[in-house]
Amino acid sequence: MELNDLYRDVILDHNRRPRNFGPLEPADASVEGFNPMCGDRLTLRLKLAADKIADIRFEGQGCAISTASASLMTEAVKGKSRVEALELFDRVHRMLTDDAAPGEDLGKLAALSGVREFPARVKCASLCWHTLASALKSADARNLPAVSTE
Amino acid sequence: MKNMARLDRSTPFDVLGVRREFPVLARLVHGKPLAYLDNGASAQRPNAVIDAVDDYERHHHANIHRGVHTLSQEATALYEGARDRLVRFINARSRHEIIFVRGTTEAINLVAQSYARPLLEAGDEVLVTHLEHHANIVPWQILCAQTGAKLKVAPMDSRGEIHIEAVEALMSPRTRLFGCAHVSNALGTVLPVRRLIAAAKARGIATLVDGAQAVPHMAVDVQELGCDFYAFSGHKLFGPTGIGVLYGREALLERMPPWQGGGDMILAVSFDKTTYNSLPYKFEAGTPNISGAIGLGAAVDFMQSLDLAAARAHEHSLLEYATRTLGGIDGLRIIGTAADKASLVSFVVAGVHPHDLGTILDEDGIAVRTGHHCAMPVMEFFKVPATARASFAFYNTFGEIDRLAAGIERARALFA
Repeated sequence: MELNDLYRDVILDHNRRPRNFGPLEPADASVEGFNPMCGDRLTLRLKLAADKIADIRFEGQGCAISTASASLMTEAVKGKSRVEALELFDRVHRMLTDDAAPGEDLGKLAALSGVREFPARVKCASLCWHTLASALKSADARNLPAVSTE
Repeated sequence: MKNMARLDRSTPFDVLGVRREFPVLARLVHGKPLAYLDNGASAQRPNAVIDAVDDYERHHHANIHRGVHTLSQEATALYEGARDRLVRFINARSRHEIIFVRGTTEAINLVAQSYARPLLEAGDEVLVTHLEHHANIVPWQILCAQTGAKLKVAPMDSRGEIHIEAVEALMSPRTRLFGCAHVSNALGTVLPVRRLIAAAKARGIATLVDGAQAVPHMAVDVQELGCDFYAFSGHKLFGPTGIGVLYGREALLERMPPWQGGGDMILAVSFDKTTYNSLPYKFEAGTPNISGAIGLGAAVDFMQSLDLAAARAHEHSLLEYATRTLGGIDGLRIIGTAADKASLVSFVVAGVHPHDLGTILDEDGIAVRTGHHCAMPVMEFFKVPATARASFAFYNTFGEIDRLAAGIERARALFA
C-alpha cells in the first residue's frame, strides 16, 4: 500500500476545496454524523423534491478522507432519487470494505478505493455515507438521531 | 524550519543498551525501523517481562490461594511476590494496601463505588480538574447519578496548568472527594499533587490520584504524597495489559465494603452469612490476572535495575529536543505548554488533520497517537477536535524525533 494511493489528487483537491460545503436553509432534513475515534463531525442537510435530492450541503470538520468523501458524495447524489442514492451507498460501502469490489464504474468516487488498504481509515470515508443513508431511510427525515460510526 | 539552532543531543543514559532489552524496537514497520512514540497509550515490554510471563506460563501456572499442590504454591508465591515488589515501588506501608485490578479505570471505579457511594448524600460534591482522562470523569458522573451528588470541575489555564488557588476555591464543606491526574495524558502537565492533596486533607476531603501517566516517568512515594488512593496501570509501566494497582490507605480500605463478590474474597460462606476475607483479598474477587501481576512485578524489577536518574534526564532531554524541533515547524502549535511537563508533546499542524498525519507518519514507521486522547473536555478547551501526540519513553532517541519532524514536513507538503 502506498500513501499516494490513499491521498490521490482528487482527494487532495476535494479536501482543499470541498464542494457543496456550508449551510442549507431551509432544509428538509438535517442529520449529524460523528466519529468519536478521530473527532470528525459533519452535518448533512438535504432538500427533497418529489423523492429526489434536490440539493445537499454539508458542514463540519474532519480529516482529509472524511472531508473529501463528503464533498464527492454531495456531487454524486445531487439529483438522484432516494432509491438511487441508497444503491450508490451500497456500492461505495462495498468498495470501501471489499477487495472484490474495485469501484471502477463509480466515476470520481473510485478515488476513495485506496481507503480499503487502510482499515483504520474506512470509517473516515464512510461516515458521511452512513449519515446520508440514515436520512434517506427514515420516513420522517426532519427528526433524526445523530449517527455515530463507533 | 524556523529554528535552526543546534540542539543538545547528549545523554547520560545508555539508550542503545536499553533498546536491546525491548525486542519489538528492532522491528520494521512498512519497511522502516519502528519509531515507537506512543508510550502514553501503552509502553513496550522488555525481555524481563516477556520472560517472566513465559516462565510462569510454561512451568508454574495453577490457581492461587487454593491448592496444597506444588504448582499452586509456586503460582501463589510468584503472585504475592509481585505484590511485595509493588509495595516497595510506591512505598506503601504494607501489602494490605496494594489491590491488583485490571487497570487505572477499574481502580477509580472501585473507589467510586466502594469508598464514595456509601458515603455520599444528595448535594455532596466530587471535585476533579478540567484536564482529566475520561476514566477520572465518567466513574464520578455515574456515582453522582446514583447518589444525587454534584461533580465540580476545577479550571485549567491556557498553558494546561492547574493552579492550587483555583482548586481550593472549589473545595467546599460539601466536597467529599478530590480526584486528579498526577500527569495529564493529553497535555503532559505535571500537577502539583502534593500541595493539592495537602489542601484537600486540611479540609477533610478524601483524595484520589490517577497516576497512570506518572509512574513510568517519576518516582512515586504514596506516603510522601499523602493521598488516600493512587491508581495506575501495568501496561504503561512496561508491563502487561489487564493488570494495574489500586493503592489505598489501609484505614479506609478496612472500612470499605467489597466491590465485587465471589471466590477468594471470602473467609466463610453460608446462605445466612458471609465473612469477608482480609485485605487485600477482600477486593480481589475471583481468579485474578496471575500472569499479568507477575509480569508487572518483573517490570518494576526491570525499572529498578536501570539508572533511573539518567533515564529521567534522558526523557527530559527528549522533551526539550522535541519541543524545540517541533516548535520550529511552520504552522505547528503545541497544545499544553505547562512549565512542568512529563515527556510528551501534543500538537496540531495547520492544514493537516491529526488523523491524516497519523497515517502518513505510520507509513514512515512512526507510531503516534491521534485523536481526543479520552480527554474530550481538554480538546473542547483548546478548541481542537483532536491532536497528534508523541509520548516518549527512556528508549526513544533524538533521531526518532528528527524522523517525526521530517514526517510532519512531508505531511505539510502533501496538503499544502
